[in-house]
Amino acid sequence: MSAITHDAAAVGSTRPGLGVGRLVAHTTSLTKRSVIGRLRQPAALAPSFIFPLFFAALGAASFSRIADRPDFQAIAPSFLNYNAAGAILQGVLFAAVSASGDLATDIEQGFFERLLASPVSRTSIILGRLGSAMVVAMVQVVVFLAIFMVFGARIETGVVGFFGLLVGGALLALAMAGLMSGVAVRSGSPEVVQGSFPLVFALMFLSSAFFPRIYMTGWYRTVADWNPMSHIVEGMQSFMNEPLALDQFLRAWVIPLIVAAAGIMFALRALSTRLKAL
Amino acid sequence: MSIAVEPRHEHVADSGAVIGAVVRRTLLRVRRMPAAFVPSIVMPVFQLVAFSGAFGAAVRFAGVDNAMDWYVPLNAVQGASFGAMGVSFGLINDMQTGFFDRLLMAPTRRWTLIAGPMAGAIVRAIVPILLVVVVGFAGGMNVPGGWLAFVTIGIAAVGIALVASAFALGLTYRMRNMGAATLTQFAVFFTIFLSTSQVPLAAMNGWLHAVARVNPMTNVLRLARQGLLGEVTWDQTWGGLLAIAVMLVLSSAFALTGLKRLER
Repeated sequence: MSAITHDAAAVGSTRPGLGVGRLVAHTTSLTKRSVIGRLRQPAALAPSFIFPLFFAALGAASFSRIADRPDFQAIAPSFLNYNAAGAILQGVLFAAVSASGDLATDIEQGFFERLLASPVSRTSIILGRLGSAMVVAMVQVVVFLAIFMVFGARIETGVVGFFGLLVGGALLALAMAGLMSGVAVRSGSPEVVQGSFPLVFALMFLSSAFFPRIYMTGWYRTVADWNPMSHIVEGMQSFMNEPLALDQFLRAWVIPLIVAAAGIMFALRALSTRLKAL
Repeated sequence: MSIAVEPRHEHVADSGAVIGAVVRRTLLRVRRMPAAFVPSIVMPVFQLVAFSGAFGAAVRFAGVDNAMDWYVPLNAVQGASFGAMGVSFGLINDMQTGFFDRLLMAPTRRWTLIAGPMAGAIVRAIVPILLVVVVGFAGGMNVPGGWLAFVTIGIAAVGIALVASAFALGLTYRMRNMGAATLTQFAVFFTIFLSTSQVPLAAMNGWLHAVARVNPMTNVLRLARQGLLGEVTWDQTWGGLLAIAVMLVLSSAFALTGLKRLER
């Protein structure tokens, strides 16, 4: 709220119209507000850090002997190295859904309508939330990689790979928060957003986020092969475990970017429908 | 909340009838709010499918024929434990609406206020357990232990449902808010996953092996799994029964002392 208050003069003095500068200023203010709001609720943010790290520790201790197999060694030098991208994916998705839940809470509690009554750009209401999801995702990537590296994980592609993972995490957050913001704006209910979480959970588990696809069989393997999440996470895994290649950027950046474009369009369309109904 | 006085014996209602009424009330809540019950059915089944598909190779490398043989008992136990969250939510709702004060004023024995919700948790556990077993069969689960395999799965799952619900009651009496349900969920989750939930002890290493070896849940899962991995034997059974008995005594004492604290 304080970010909005501080920037109120800038917002109020801007003439009506959809200038890019105005959109950027409003989006920045709302992103700041959203990030501060998230920091003020550590209990809501904590699960997106604790659970991925817990599962990563569990996986490393449970499956480390499998990582000694030659077929696994062709994928990653250790289970910890394999698991880093999965932990990032899990944390980013948890946080992105939670950020969209906050948007639905704004609608439910009336803050959204107060924003509409102000001369704030409508698009920035959505983009502000997406911006905060991206900021949180980048913090998560840094924290997770630092912890993994303390326990012996290494980024094969070095600084470029770190940057690749950082941007990949942010784009993934943008994609998921875009889709979920659409759900939030359409429903206006935090329960509905949280209720969509099992779908995210399913997408995550029915992919190679936690275990390599080469060991999967039957219909499960087919689903994992077609699941875009498998290709995104494998792009991120290859930053950790393989020499630098263009393919890594295509999978870890371009796929989330395409999903993000669709998600943002869905969210803005939902916003337009809601505004028409007012 | 300080109105409760242990009623005199001649005025006390039949304990069996009180527990039966609380169980009926639990079922009524499930019927009125199915959305709150559905996740406790869907999640164990989804987790069974997800774990078998994703980590199936891990247990096969450890010598288990079919991943379902390893993960059906785990998810039956976990599914049964979800009833504890329902117990906690129900109790908080009763506290907020004032119904719990009326229960305290009623001429019932205090222990029935704990035994009733625990019996309700058993009833809530039945559907998830059955569904997980049915999906296990569909996935080609082996049952070399015969019908005794289902008995051991049932004992382990119902035992954990009782332990988790008693723990949930104790926590809810103390905290009196939704945080109790969340904490119960975390406690059950971590206890289950820090055991042989995903792979056998022999496949683990480091800190997890050390923790899982002393975690009583490892014994409970051994009890539950034995009939799907081989014959049911006393050797594989007594450790699980002992673990459930000890955890049940401790969690029931936790619930009773919580109720007493609430009354004060």
